[in-house]
Amino acid sequence: MEHDFAITLDVGTSLANHTGTWRTFRPDYVHRLPPCNAACPAGEDIQGWLSFAEAGEYEAAWRALTKNNPLPAVMGRVCYHPCETACNRSQIDAAVGVNAVERFLGDMAIAKGWAFAPPTQKSGKKVLVVGAGPAGLSAAYHLAMLGHEVTLREAGPAPGGMMRFGIPKYRLPRDVLDAEVARIADLGVRIEYNSKVSDLQATIKEGGFDAAFLAVGAHIAKRAYIPAGEATKILDAVQVLASMEGAEKPLLGRRVVVYGGGNTALDVARTAKRLGAEEAIIVYRRTREKMPAHDFELEEALEEGVMMKWLSTIKHVDAGAITVEKMKLDEAGFPQPTGEFETLEADSVVLALGQDVDLSLLDGVPGLEFSDGLVKVGPDMMTGAKGIFAGGDMAPSERTVTVAVGHGKKAARHIDAFLRGETYAPPPKHELASFENLNPWYYGEAPQTLRPTLEIARRSSTFEEVVKGLDESNALYEARRCLSCGNCFECDNCYGVCPDNAVIKLGAGKGFKFNYDFCKGCGVCEAECPCGAIAMAPEEI
Amino acid sequence: MDDSTLTQQQKLKYYQKGTFTVGNRLVADEERSVQASAERSNALTSGHRACQGCGEALGARYAIDAAMRATGNDLIAVNATGCLEVFTTPYPETSWQLPWLHSLFGNAAAVATGVAAAMRVKGKKTRVVAQGGDGGTTDIGFQCLSGMFERNDDVLYICYDNEGYMNTGVQRSSATPPAARTATTPALGPEPGNVFGTGKFVPKIAVAHGIPYVATATVADLRDLEAKVIKAMGITGARYIQINVPCPLGWGAPSYDTIKLARLAVECGLYPIFEAEHGRITQSRKIRRQVPVRDYLILQKRYAHLFRNGVDDPRVQRLQAICDAHIEEYGLLGDDAEA
Repeated sequence: MEHDFAITLDVGTSLANHTGTWRTFRPDYVHRLPPCNAACPAGEDIQGWLSFAEAGEYEAAWRALTKNNPLPAVMGRVCYHPCETACNRSQIDAAVGVNAVERFLGDMAIAKGWAFAPPTQKSGKKVLVVGAGPAGLSAAYHLAMLGHEVTLREAGPAPGGMMRFGIPKYRLPRDVLDAEVARIADLGVRIEYNSKVSDLQATIKEGGFDAAFLAVGAHIAKRAYIPAGEATKILDAVQVLASMEGAEKPLLGRRVVVYGGGNTALDVARTAKRLGAEEAIIVYRRTREKMPAHDFELEEALEEGVMMKWLSTIKHVDAGAITVEKMKLDEAGFPQPTGEFETLEADSVVLALGQDVDLSLLDGVPGLEFSDGLVKVGPDMMTGAKGIFAGGDMAPSERTVTVAVGHGKKAARHIDAFLRGETYAPPPKHELASFENLNPWYYGEAPQTLRPTLEIARRSSTFEEVVKGLDESNALYEARRCLSCGNCFECDNCYGVCPDNAVIKLGAGKGFKFNYDFCKGCGVCEAECPCGAIAMAPEEI
Repeated sequence: MDDSTLTQQQKLKYYQKGTFTVGNRLVADEERSVQASAERSNALTSGHRACQGCGEALGARYAIDAAMRATGNDLIAVNATGCLEVFTTPYPETSWQLPWLHSLFGNAAAVATGVAAAMRVKGKKTRVVAQGGDGGTTDIGFQCLSGMFERNDDVLYICYDNEGYMNTGVQRSSATPPAARTATTPALGPEPGNVFGTGKFVPKIAVAHGIPYVATATVADLRDLEAKVIKAMGITGARYIQINVPCPLGWGAPSYDTIKLARLAVECGLYPIFEAEHGRITQSRKIRRQVPVRDYLILQKRYAHLFRNGVDDPRVQRLQAICDAHIEEYGLLGDDAEA
């Protein structure tokens, strides 16, 4: 082609001009760890399963959820949802109701009869799990999914551990628990009830087990010395809540005093009201702010007419009455006696002062270490004895169902590696997706959906479930409130806002990639990414 | 204000996330923006020489891609001299992927009128867009523009308003806001920066011509911008859209803040977003999260002299008064701020 004076190039498109050479900062697509996932004691990928739920793909959501936690319907009722406490959305309006959506998915799975897909390959290894509480069930599930042959031995007559013998029915209906346990058993886990392991070493030897996971829980009520007269009725919370599962309901009388400040104390007081007590009074030595029980449970209890006696200790129990001493908090926040006494009428006193572990099955196992009545475990959940792992309430940690489920999963992964003669190394965690990583402009205002609750009148007479579930329309709405912190949700913003047309859209589900031939590194994509899934880094020059 | 003129594009409320984003994986393709489409025409394609984070390059692609979709790609663009012309078409290269014509700085409206007349004479349905910066529109090309309006020629004129002559070294234009520092209004003397004049807001002048359609938009609200361009292409006669396009170089702002600045210009009330038909304002875009003008100014070095020594210059309040007057005049606060 002939060129005009001073022109050396052919007429053509600017695509020949690779402006990417201007770049000093480079955008990259990243994954950051959503705060919900970081906070979940069971290690759920909450943002991940919510992204399926948002699209109405409930079965895919449930399958993604149960990769980490086999008990979503239980979890959606009893978990104290630290995910919601951590949720970045709380800085926009209110946290995403993760727990409510989890329950919706769990209930839908039960209604539709979704089953776990069993592993295609068997390892040929045998693992003993002791205790069918949340930790044991979780470990059994994960071990079975990894191809191991699992025998689950339970001392009690039915599965669930404290989920059955500690958590009242009005919080966790038993048909829900039974359905989720049955699904684990369907994987081929053999569950033996009324089959207490009293000599661990002998059991392992007889059964030919290659490893064991212990999760016997903490079922022995702590006692406190309280001077008591004759004909007084002093019970403990574990005994009261466990007997609720039998035919003979506990006889508590018209006026019940519960001693303690944890969730168990509230459970007992609320149970007493439902059994017909006119008064249920919780005596606690410190204040509401210092109470270990969760505030929403206290609120529900107060709504039901449970009364609180703050800053009080029980000094003496007589027939029909107790003497309490008023306390005051010292500067360090500890309760100190005041010398002022008061008498309360009481037909029975229930102690809810915490629980200890029955460690007798471990007698004679070499290498074990104990501290404060608990079994010491390493970061791999293995005790001092090779091949014997432990978790749940019998290992040192917070005592919640979700923590126990997390222990079960973690132990299963380490047991699996142990059985192959390897060491399990968890994959490195992504950097946390903080609120500062987000661009909240792009999120529409949408308040949280509150779950309906049972009317107060019915709550004092029946054991019907107090908190109800969501229906599909509001579960979908709630799932779509998720901000997708740190993970691309294909909003097309980067593709749209690039002044250089340097983002390539790869198609549904495939995300995007940068065209570094033309990207000038302006950083508009990173600034306008709603969810913090792009990071800018200096180019090496 | 009449809500019935809100088009579906503007009204569409996505789900709880993504209402304001370019696209959304959860909605059908036809409900997504033009820019969300992998098949968008990219009328202004890669390799152009605009600065990093150029608001004008972005605004031009947004607007022309929407016009291309609205006309089935049967479109000719006429360009005034200015950044947009220089950075897209340094001979023999061009970034334009549609027929495109450049003549002089001040005659884009007149050339476009001629192109439209030629198409009519040849019996073609090809539509015409004229485009230029604020210098080529509100100063140099103003006479031709007013003539095009007054004759009601069938042209959509799009002004990309970056509030100055940025290409030639950031000189003041009649669209430069009060107090802003430019090369010709330095931050020196007792009244540093641009004067507080009487103002020259060309969208209102366009409305005064009684032409069929006038609108303002920004690169911070893509769906609103696209809706207005598509609507304009459905109308015959003279139409005018002015798009606020932040200039990182001329405004003294980081390249990544381009869209944020356009957003803040709207949210503080300094840049009113509205539509007018046949001489009457028909609707305005409500402020969603109101901010004081200070939040907008302080991010830009052209206003740095207003915030020296940790003390706000009293002229920040004068700019706030302009925002307040806009909010009052255009009814920028109200219920459908969520729409």
